Amino acid sequence: MAFAQVVGGTRYLFPDLRSLMARATPPRSGDVLAGVAAASAAERVAAQRALADLPLRHFLNEAVVPYEQDEVTRLFLDGHDATAFAPVAHLTVGGFRDWLLAEADSAALAALAPGLTPEMVAAVSKICRLQDLVSIAAKCRVVTRFRNTIGLPGTLSIRLQPNDPVDDPKGVAAQILDGLLLGAGDAVIGVNPATDNVDNLCRLLAMLDALRERFAIPTQSCVLAHVTTTMLAIERGAPVDLVFQSIGGTEATNASFGVSLSLLREAREAALALRRGTLGDNLMYFETGQGSALSAEAHHGCDQQTIEARTYAVARAFSPLLVNSVVGFIGPEYLFDGKQITRAGLEDHFCGKLLGLPMGVDVCYTNHAEADQDDMDALLTLLGVAGVTYVMGVPGADDVMLAYQSTSFHDGLYARAVLGKRPAPEFAAWLERMGIAERTPERLPAAMAGALA
Amino acid sequence: MTTPSLWRDLRRFTTARVGLGRVGHAQPTAAHLDFQEAHARARDAVWSALDMPALTAVLGGHVVAVRSQAEDRRAYLLRPDLGRRLHAEDRDALAAKAMPGCVALVVADGLCATGVQAQAPALAAALRERLAADGWVLAPPVVATQARVALGDEIGAALGAAAVVMMIGERPGLSALDSVGIYLTWAPRPGRTDAERNCISNIRPAGLGVQEAARKAAWLLAAARRLGATGVALKDESPNTPALPSS
Repeated sequence: MAFAQVVGGTRYLFPDLRSLMARATPPRSGDVLAGVAAASAAERVAAQRALADLPLRHFLNEAVVPYEQDEVTRLFLDGHDATAFAPVAHLTVGGFRDWLLAEADSAALAALAPGLTPEMVAAVSKICRLQDLVSIAAKCRVVTRFRNTIGLPGTLSIRLQPNDPVDDPKGVAAQILDGLLLGAGDAVIGVNPATDNVDNLCRLLAMLDALRERFAIPTQSCVLAHVTTTMLAIERGAPVDLVFQSIGGTEATNASFGVSLSLLREAREAALALRRGTLGDNLMYFETGQGSALSAEAHHGCDQQTIEARTYAVARAFSPLLVNSVVGFIGPEYLFDGKQITRAGLEDHFCGKLLGLPMGVDVCYTNHAEADQDDMDALLTLLGVAGVTYVMGVPGADDVMLAYQSTSFHDGLYARAVLGKRPAPEFAAWLERMGIAERTPERLPAAMAGALA
Repeated sequence: MTTPSLWRDLRRFTTARVGLGRVGHAQPTAAHLDFQEAHARARDAVWSALDMPALTAVLGGHVVAVRSQAEDRRAYLLRPDLGRRLHAEDRDALAAKAMPGCVALVVADGLCATGVQAQAPALAAALRERLAADGWVLAPPVVATQARVALGDEIGAALGAAAVVMMIGERPGLSALDSVGIYLTWAPRPGRTDAERNCISNIRPAGLGVQEAARKAAWLLAAARRLGATGVALKDESPNTPALPSS
C-alpha cells in the first residue's frame, strides 16, 4: 500500500510500509548507507505524520518483510494475540503514542505485550522523543528468574563481563573478583570467549561454575559461544546455565549467524533438561544490535531500527532471562556518533520492554565512532531513569579482548547510587553476607584469595 | 582512596583495568585520566594520516600511491563501500604497471595510519625478503589511502597479481594503538569476500613480531599456491616458533 503526505506545499509519496517506516526514522548513518533514509528533514517529518495516521491494525495486514519469505514475520503474525491487542485495536500509531503516555499503567502494558507486533512498536518509537522513550519504558515491568530475580522495581542488575584475550582462566577470575567486589554480577557472569571451540568452552564453564559454587553466589554464568558449541558442551555434561546467541530480525540475518528458530528451540530444550535453575527456568540470553541485518545484506530494504525491533519478536518466543542490544559496538557506518548511539540505545530498550523482554543495554562505543565517556554517562543515566533491566560491567570500561569501551563496574555503582537502585535481592543479600555491600575492601578478602591460587 | 594491595593482588593476572580503587562510586583521578589518555591516543590514531614522503623514502623509489573513492576520513568512516573502490585515475595508473603472476604488496592506512607508518617499513622488508626467496615476483609496493581491506582486490586485479598481501592498520583499542593486520587474497578481483582471505592480525611490538608475521604470510602464500585459494579452505598450520621477544 502506498502513502502520501503534504508538508510545506510538497507532496511526499511512500510506495509501501517499509519505505514509510524507513523515511520516518530519526537520522542515522546505517540507513543512509542502506539508501533507505529520508532525503530531507521535511521528507522525514512527512513520513512521521503519515505513519502517525496509520491504524495499528494495518501492521497485521502488511509486513515489512514478506510473510512467505521470512520465518520471523510468520512467527509474530501467526502468534499474534488478538485478545491482548483489543484495548488498542482501534488506535492509530499516533493515538497509540498518546495512550502509552497518558493512560497505560504497568499492568496494562504487561497484558498488552503479546498483542503487539514488533513493527507496531518500531513505528511508535519513531514518533517518540527521548523523554517519551524513557517515560513509557519506565512503566514496563518484566521480571525473570533463574538463580535470582531480575527486573524487580527499584533494582538495576549488572552483567559481569570478564573477557580475556587468550581465555586465560586466571585473567578471567581476577576480573570476576574485581567485579564482585564492586557489586557486579547479578545479571550474569558472562565471558565472551576469544576462541569458539567446545574444549575451550567446557574449560571456561567448569571454571565459572566452580567459582560460583565456591562462594555460593546467587547468580548464573554463561560463556557466550555460538549456540551449536554450547549444545556440544551440554552433550559433554558441561555445567551450562544460560544458552547464549546473537540473533537478528530476519530469517536471512539469523542464517548469517548460523541459527534458525528451530535450532534455538532445540538448544533451549537441551538446557531446560539440565534443570539447573533454582528459582525459574528463564535460561536464554540473546544479544542484538541495529545494523546487523544490513551488515549481512539481509535487511530487505528496511531501516535498521525496524529490523532490530523484529529481533525482539524472535527473543520473546524463548522466554529469555536476559536480552541486550550491544548498541555502539557495530561502528560509525551504522551509528555515527554519541547522539545516534544514545537515541538507538533508548529505542532498543523501549521496543524490547514494550514487547515484554527483560531488556538490558550494552552502553558502548568503539574508537572509530564519534563518542566518548560523556556520551556513555548520558546514555547510562537516561537508561537508568527508563528502568533498564541491566547494563554491562567491564573493568575500567575497557574490554581488553573485544577492544571496545563499555560501562565499568564503577559506572554500575554510580547508576545505582544516583537512581536509588539495588542489585537483585538474592545478590544484594549475598553482598551483605560477604561484607562488600557498602564498600570495596582494600585487600582481597581471604576467602576469595584462594580463587587465584 | 586507591587500594594498592588489591591492585597488586589482581593486576598480576590480567592486563584489564582491575583493582582501580574507588572514590565514592567513581574511579580515582589517576585511573580516570589514564583512561582518557588511552582513548585520546586511540582517537588520534584513527584520524591520523600517512606521511607519504617519509613512507615512500623507506619503502624504496618505486612506490605507487593510490586512493580509494572515500575523499576524506569522515567519508571513509561513514561509507565503507567507498573505501573498497579504487579512485578511477589510480586504477588506470596501476593497470599501466601490470605484472601478470606477481605478488602485490599493499601498505594501507586502514583505521590506524600511525601504526602502519611505524611498522610497515620493517614488515614490508621482511615480506619482500621471504617472498623473493620463495621465488615470487614482486610488484612495486603500493601505498593506499582511505583504504579498506577489499581495496586490495581491485589493486591486485589491476596489476594482474596472483595474490595480494595487504598490510593495513587495525582499529585501535585502548591498549593496542599500533596494530597492523596482513590480509592475503589469492586471485584477487572485485567481489571477493572475507571468507576468501587469510588474516594475520595483532602485528605490533607487544603482539606478533614482524619476522614471525612475515614467516606466517610466506607459509600461507606457498600453501595458497598449492591449493589455488586462500580463505576458509586454507588453514594456518605453519609450525609455531618458540615465543621470542618480537623483532
